[in-house]
Amino acid sequence: MAEKEKTELKKGAPLLVVDHLTKRFADLTVLDGISLTVHEGEVIVIVGPSGCGKSTFLRCLNALEDIQGGEILLHGERITQNSKNLTELRQRVGMVFQSYELFPHLNVLDNILLAPTKVQKRKREEVKEEAMALLARIGLESKAESFPRQLSGGQKQRVAIIRALCMHPEVMLFDEVTAALDPEMVREVLDVILELANQGKTMLIVTHEMQFARAIADRVIFLNDGNICEESPPEEFFDHPKTERAKQFLQTFTFSRKGS
Amino acid sequence: MTACVRTKVYRLQASIENFRAGNNPSAWKKQQVCIVNWDFIHQYLPLYQKAAVLTLQIGALGILAAIAIGIVCTMIQYFKVPLARQVVSVYVEISRNTPLLIQLFFIYYGLPKIGIRTNPYACGVAGLAFLGGSYMTEAFRSGIEAVDKVQTESAASLGLSRLQVLRYVVFPQALTISFPAFMANVIFLLKETSVFSAISLMDLMFTAKDLIGLYYQTTESLFLLVVFYLLILLPVSVLGSLLERRMRYAGFGS
Repeated sequence: MAEKEKTELKKGAPLLVVDHLTKRFADLTVLDGISLTVHEGEVIVIVGPSGCGKSTFLRCLNALEDIQGGEILLHGERITQNSKNLTELRQRVGMVFQSYELFPHLNVLDNILLAPTKVQKRKREEVKEEAMALLARIGLESKAESFPRQLSGGQKQRVAIIRALCMHPEVMLFDEVTAALDPEMVREVLDVILELANQGKTMLIVTHEMQFARAIADRVIFLNDGNICEESPPEEFFDHPKTERAKQFLQTFTFSRKGS
Repeated sequence: MTACVRTKVYRLQASIENFRAGNNPSAWKKQQVCIVNWDFIHQYLPLYQKAAVLTLQIGALGILAAIAIGIVCTMIQYFKVPLARQVVSVYVEISRNTPLLIQLFFIYYGLPKIGIRTNPYACGVAGLAFLGGSYMTEAFRSGIEAVDKVQTESAASLGLSRLQVLRYVVFPQALTISFPAFMANVIFLLKETSVFSAISLMDLMFTAKDLIGLYYQTTESLFLLVVFYLLILLPVSVLGSLLERRMRYAGFGS
């Protein structure tokens, strides 16, 4: 565990503390006592075989799933589905979904403005300025009046990221955000996330893009069977995985890449 | 009982009016070689017009009330309000699985028995609202269920409260999805008004049956009845399809 301390050194104060998190669906234990501390400005990539609980873990952090044990603390405040200030806590934890989930009945701009104006009661003009600036950054300012169905998958996902960003969350969760995209569109979405990392945004990213994970991560978490199987800096994880299970997992990736 | 008496009084009045106007029904017999007695149609058109207005009034009020009931019941189901939720399911089952005629009889003859005074007009509206409420509930519910659950989650993850999620995200989408079912319900309820004559409301059906009973001008009376129902329903139907198309083009759907 010496490596772990080393990676934590270069980062700021603890932002999100997960302590012995346990999640069960009826008899099935999906997360079995996971502990993790996320520091300010840290980028954590979570990888693992399908069904290992990656997505469920992220969903718990935003209280989209109820938890059966342990606790999640955001700056010392407990996140549970029963939290009185749940909507306030959720504003501080932004989430981007695999299937974009833009609201189909609203245009791009209204998608972005809905939560800041209705939840945070900010002035429409003020948020609009911010949103347009962000849209311009990703080259989508001309699409502000378009409806989601008129956008490509990659464009939709980038808008979804901006929609979450406009709430000024302290931490962003990315749940396999490129899994539903054509290969060519993956790049444009990952570039946006890379830029966020450069700006020092705290992020938890679940992904199957191993090269991207290696480039962006401060720490890689390898999840298997509801447990943290391995936790190390990206170079170490990808070049010298410690556990057999991780080696096996990484090997399947190499194979699939050769095959395609 | 009241229904019977009213009917008789009405018939009497109608025949007296007739004789005063010098319209001896026996005079029409000469014209019966013609297939359609246009004089008869011309003469009783105003009666149908009056009845159509009444039918439309009761229909519109009943449908509005049904929409209100539908929205309330749908909200109760959406927020899973304990107890009220069970009441809603029982109501929906009772309302959908009994004919309107029987519901009207219950309201018309039953309510006075427990001391609530009513009139046919209010009974008509109440009956239509009782039947329509459940149909509207089911239409709205199916719309809400068709909105993907992840939409709710993504809205919630932005910090929207449950009510805000319903209002800004789920409801607008559900409305578009359930619109065809909603329009079908409106048309269905307007057609159901044809049983109102059973509680002595002088609606279109009542008028037609009455004229047939009085003058035996079956073809003409029924012809007028069909024409008037079409006059009411066709515009509604056309308007419905126009709105449906408009909604689809306004940036909805996938």
